[in-house]
Amino acid sequence: MTRQMTGAEMVVQALIDQGVEHIFGYPGGAVLPIYDEIFQQEKVQHILVRHEQGAGHAAEGYARSTGKVGVALVTSGPGATNMVTPLTDALMDSIPMVCITGQVATHLIGSDAFQECDTVGITRPSTKHNWLVKDVNDLGRILHEAFYVARSGRPGPVVVDIPKDVQFATGTYHGPQNVEHKTYHPQVRGDIGRIRAAVELMARAKKPVFYTGGGVVNSGPEATRLLRELVAATGFPVTSTLMGLGAYPASGENWLGMLGMHGTYEANNAMHDCDVMIAIGARFDDRITGRLDAFSPGSKKIHIDIDPSSINKNVRVDIGILGDVAHVLEDMLAIWKESGHKADEKALAGWWGEIDRWRARRSLAYRQSGETIMPQYAIQRLYEKTRDRKTFITTEVGQHQMWAAQFYGFEEPNRWMTSGGLGTMGYGLPAAIGAQTAHRDALVIDIAGDASILMNMQEMSTAVQHELPVKVFILNNQYMGMVRQWQQLLHGNRLSHSYTEALPDFVKLAEAYGGIGIRAEKASELDDAIDAMIAAKGPVLFDCRVANLANCFPMIPSGKAHNEMLLPEDATDAAIAEAIDAEGRALV
Amino acid sequence: MVLWFRGPAKAKSLPLPLAGEGRGEGPERNEREAGDGKTMQPGSVYAIKEGKDRTEQHTLSILVDNEPGILARVIGLFSGRGYNIESLTVSETEHEKHRSRITVVTNGSPAVIEQIKAQLERMVLVHRVTDLTVTGRSIERELALIKVRGSGDARVEALRLADAFRARVIDATTESFVFELTGRTDKIDQFLLLMQPLGLVEVSRTGVAAIARGPEAM
Ligand SMILES: Cc1ncc(C[n+]2csc(CCOP(=O)(O)OP(=O)(O)O)c2C)c(N)n1
Repeated sequence: MTRQMTGAEMVVQALIDQGVEHIFGYPGGAVLPIYDEIFQQEKVQHILVRHEQGAGHAAEGYARSTGKVGVALVTSGPGATNMVTPLTDALMDSIPMVCITGQVATHLIGSDAFQECDTVGITRPSTKHNWLVKDVNDLGRILHEAFYVARSGRPGPVVVDIPKDVQFATGTYHGPQNVEHKTYHPQVRGDIGRIRAAVELMARAKKPVFYTGGGVVNSGPEATRLLRELVAATGFPVTSTLMGLGAYPASGENWLGMLGMHGTYEANNAMHDCDVMIAIGARFDDRITGRLDAFSPGSKKIHIDIDPSSINKNVRVDIGILGDVAHVLEDMLAIWKESGHKADEKALAGWWGEIDRWRARRSLAYRQSGETIMPQYAIQRLYEKTRDRKTFITTEVGQHQMWAAQFYGFEEPNRWMTSGGLGTMGYGLPAAIGAQTAHRDALVIDIAGDASILMNMQEMSTAVQHELPVKVFILNNQYMGMVRQWQQLLHGNRLSHSYTEALPDFVKLAEAYGGIGIRAEKASELDDAIDAMIAAKGPVLFDCRVANLANCFPMIPSGKAHNEMLLPEDATDAAIAEAIDAEGRALV
Repeated sequence: MVLWFRGPAKAKSLPLPLAGEGRGEGPERNEREAGDGKTMQPGSVYAIKEGKDRTEQHTLSILVDNEPGILARVIGLFSGRGYNIESLTVSETEHEKHRSRITVVTNGSPAVIEQIKAQLERMVLVHRVTDLTVTGRSIERELALIKVRGSGDARVEALRLADAFRARVIDATTESFVFELTGRTDKIDQFLLLMQPLGLVEVSRTGVAAIARGPEAM
């Protein structure tokens, strides 16, 4: 199907042809023709944000909560530079996103024109791919290629930079049919020989563990279903990274909890002591591995990933299987069943016995006594009150993020959105807006810190305008808690600039935005306050005053191995001060 | 478009040229054992000790779609991830198909080399990456234009050496020559070293172009 139309019309037509229902954006001179087209149609709904960074994270939240490609539209110059953080965030966390940027007219490129910047140059390292469109006749094809690249293989963000004269020019539009990419064809089926070898290794394992990541969620619902089936068929224990939470249910029998720097004692020790590790859609990030030369020293490692550069990058593996998680798990499960493999029941019973001993250390323990609300308790209450609903959780970055991951039990994939790779404070509120846009009837909660929430606070205004009833649950400890924790661990308890002297009154702030403000200061009033938040029809800022000095444990201190965790009961002031040696101090 | 980068000059002692240089030479493998040869994991904040890995030099041939920005992406990958570029040449090789060939000479531990290839392969505009060092049967050539200024004995000696290296004189004045020399990188390095005391004033080099031997295309 080819038709004549203007570049601006092509943009809207391509969005419609790609099935896009919502986009997040902010207008400006270089995208006015596109905004004019958006005005004259009803199929694509535009959510006006208050800062372009908000548009980017909203698109991420939308993508992560639906499995679809998120779309953002921003103007040239500052509009584009404001997108750099969300693009990088999406690249690190493999979130499919198409970002359309306006550009000055082609004849002005390079002249330092008003609001000109080298958008493709600036965003090149922050995107999976990007395009500057110089001919309107290429625009349709490029837009459809952009969607294809964003969602295929390891998903990621792409930028299509469209000069203003190209938006005005008339040309031939190429629809999504027959858009076949010349070079980009990621491999989805895994090598059967390797899958067979992996299955044999698994069948002989005495102390196996599944280590799953965001790739399972990205691969789609089928991957989640197959993972659950494989775990059930083998009886192996399963842990997950921050990004993979929900792929295996937290209530599942074989669940060990999250692993990594703030993971559970049982998950990290199982990783350390296992004899066969099956990594699925996870990338051996440094928050996961701890000290590499002591990472799971005795295990044979199987790694399933769609990205060839993730295999053998940080950790050498014995069997690398390149392919899409769902496709590989399908074959793996079929081979496991047809060859009549059974896990070594006796060995597995012993292994679970060991795991139970680690569990008995109760590494997530905390003490809630008196009226001061412990942050962990607040999350636990929030979980109990929302678990039976269709609830989506986003977070900002800091201690609250880790507590959310530790204490909120995720049963389904795509319900948990957090900035894992880049660790972007300010992600949570716009991401919640994105998720709420896609799921109008669901309960969407941003678990926030008092410092992070101020980074994109302006998006409250977006939520109010578009009647998106997001709930922001602020664990207000008046500190940049995670920074303070590290200063206590590494810098002699000198709390340099990690205390926020002048926080706003969050209740009044909510009201100023036209939202609802709620405050809870005592443990005894927490439940009622949470009920009120859930019942509220509009956006809420919930100021939950928590113990100011609580720290996040368990923790693998920098430079230590999985089996050298600092547990809450051991975390005395002296132990904290000495937990990280001189070498570990140089690490992040 | 041809573009060429060179890493820091390596201090090597160079043997005199062999007359037959340039014919039938086998694949070159530049291996270096630094320290105790213990393999370390690359790319982690936890690998803070100085790398003690064996470093290998590899020549990679990368077939790409000749779109704007592809060169910047490839170079950005190397600089952004801290990989070395010893030499890099780019040129369109198939006009109708809109394809270019990028030849990169790089060095790193075996794990880093593997990672470089995987990173290149997943790029959207990359058709194919071939490691000519691993395939083992490849020929590498570089072209250099070399200006030497001098008179008297030095001038005569320069001409004599140029003859021994099979360099051609492509420009001459009463006080200078421009030589054109083709060969492997180490041959050109040798020639330049010899020209240094004889009045070397300027050099322009293409960087390495490489191709596999035999009838098959990449
Ligand atoms: C944009 C950005 N700037 C700085 C940081 C570094 N950082 C990580 S956690 C943190 C403190 C977060 O404080 P808060 O939001 O109050 O959460 P808490 O740790 O107290 O739960 C900071 C500053 C970051 N992750 N992102």
